[in-house]
Amino acid sequence: MPMLKFIIKRLLLLIPVLIGVSIIVFVIMRVFSPDPAPIVLGQHATVAATEAWREANGLNAPLHIQYLNFIKGVFTGDFGTSYYTKTPVIREIMARFPATIELAVSSIIFASILGIVIGTVSAVKKNTVVDSAGMVTALLGVSMPIFWLGILLIILFAGVLHILPSGGRIDPLLRPDTVTGFYLIDSLVAGNMKAFVDALRHLILPTVALGMYSMAIIARMTRSTMLDTLGQDYIRTARAKGITEGKVIRKHALRNALIPIVTVIGLQLGSLLGGAVLTETVFSWPGIGSYTVNCILKSDFPVVQGVVMLVAITFVIINLVVDIIYAFLDPRIKYTREEA
Amino acid sequence: MLLEVKHLTTEFHLKKGVVNAVDDVSFSVDKGEILAIVGESGSGKSVTSLSIMGLISPPGRIAKGEILFKGNDLTRLPLHELQKIRGDQISMIFQEPMTSLNPVQRIRDQIMESIMTHMKLTKEEALRRTVEMLDLVGIPSPEARANDYPHQMSGGMRQRVMIAMALSCRPELLIADEPTTALDVTIQAQILELLYSLREKLNMAVLLITHDLGVVAEAADRVVVMYCGKILEEADVKTLFTSPMHPYTVGLLESIPRLDDERERLSMIRGMVPNPLHMPPGCAFSDRCDRCMEKCRKHMPALVPVNGSKVRCFLYSEEVEEDRHE
Repeated sequence: MPMLKFIIKRLLLLIPVLIGVSIIVFVIMRVFSPDPAPIVLGQHATVAATEAWREANGLNAPLHIQYLNFIKGVFTGDFGTSYYTKTPVIREIMARFPATIELAVSSIIFASILGIVIGTVSAVKKNTVVDSAGMVTALLGVSMPIFWLGILLIILFAGVLHILPSGGRIDPLLRPDTVTGFYLIDSLVAGNMKAFVDALRHLILPTVALGMYSMAIIARMTRSTMLDTLGQDYIRTARAKGITEGKVIRKHALRNALIPIVTVIGLQLGSLLGGAVLTETVFSWPGIGSYTVNCILKSDFPVVQGVVMLVAITFVIINLVVDIIYAFLDPRIKYTREEA
Repeated sequence: MLLEVKHLTTEFHLKKGVVNAVDDVSFSVDKGEILAIVGESGSGKSVTSLSIMGLISPPGRIAKGEILFKGNDLTRLPLHELQKIRGDQISMIFQEPMTSLNPVQRIRDQIMESIMTHMKLTKEEALRRTVEMLDLVGIPSPEARANDYPHQMSGGMRQRVMIAMALSCRPELLIADEPTTALDVTIQAQILELLYSLREKLNMAVLLITHDLGVVAEAADRVVVMYCGKILEEADVKTLFTSPMHPYTVGLLESIPRLDDERERLSMIRGMVPNPLHMPPGCAFSDRCDRCMEKCRKHMPALVPVNGSKVRCFLYSEEVEEDRHE
């Protein structure tokens, strides 16, 4: 099983990555963030109370001891508790990460489908009005600030047309019991179609706002790789076989162009999962992004450390998945030492 | 006649001007015949073959002429009609076997796609036919190799796969565009031998595009010599090699190295192929011709029949080509 070996090797590589990430986030928080004690206890707390709080939270120990304590916790699955809510960091994250994943995945699906379609059509209709329209759309997507696009969408669809909700994940009255934390899945599990539709409607605007940028990147990437692929000799062979142009494009050109596109999609998904602060703020989406920014501002060290580690793990795993997809898309890629 | 090309002109609209890559070319291919088109790079031989397949894409286009295949003008057929003929009655193999196969599809699927597009066969039947074809072109253990991807095969094997794919629907005409150029000499001989024997077996006509006169001597029945988009000479292969008429053909033949050659140096044709954007007003070969006369520089000679062959040269006929370029 060369593939299994490859996966295990890559997962082992997670360890040095996580050590590096943990050191960086640990040091940055402690060096650049304000002292959390006065924020937690309030401006008028006594010196003794502040001292006691610092002692209790282990902030008086030397930096390297603090770090070792943190790492010790990580290995036992304990990322500490939030300074403010006193809830374990894991639980804080788990309460919000599904919202972020739901939004990120739906955005990347939107971005991939639309991006690949626009990119392909632009490449096939190179230098025509259609191509220009596609690329102008892509340019708009890249250059439009997300929060602004979000606000425009809210004004149009929620404010003027009243067809979509302006924010939140679901109507609170319809909220399904938490099984996975993904409302779309939870409502289906519960067999509650009304909740499912409502969750879906809440998802549309933030998906479009967040996915627009990735869509643009994917469209441009698709166009350029498709143009390259369409000029290849095997495309001429496919045409010489007498198959229809649609088949030439789908089965031969797009299939080959997909390999670099998948990389871009993976990278985009990784950054979307890191939390979309602006989108989450504009749409009052209870995800991890806006929460983390709050915690950074409040110097909630354990939460920030936990979130950053989680995002790092997610990023590495997505990249691993992309590499595995490669092997399926391109038979020339084999993850074995002999052929490497 | 199986294929009749009449006054074919294929032009490319470039920023610097219009180039006639193929200029008023006419020839025909009979059933079961191997016709070779010979010429240097840029002589228009590949464009001719792509024109027949309808594979010329912008900025190129067929400007004039007819391509009659069994009486039907291919240049007037709508794309979906042409697609029915491509790969079925006329198929083509290309110069670059290394890049002409889709790298992410199994050999099997690529050949089966061709078969299932044109023949009403089930998947199993198409697969069986695929294996038969691979066997026919001499690929050892065809059942196993059918599952290979192109990168698992050598150049010679890939060209055999291309031939298997091209022949899978029993075409009546095979266009082979420099089928052996990218291959080793030993593999070249094998591939030519293969084409030759398959022609006999399947009774198909072959349009062989090449710059290699060695290949022509070995395989062809009749030869068309092209230069700068025009036919300079057409003859059966024996006549061409024993008594070439056009000075260009003579030059080409003299530049072939031979084992019994006593010459110290190979002779060569002096000068360069003219820039297609700045063609000389008269004969395109006039600048390089040792027997160039005054009128060669002013007028284009017409292609005229001489002793059962055809030649375009004032040495053989005074006839001037009518100026078609108004």
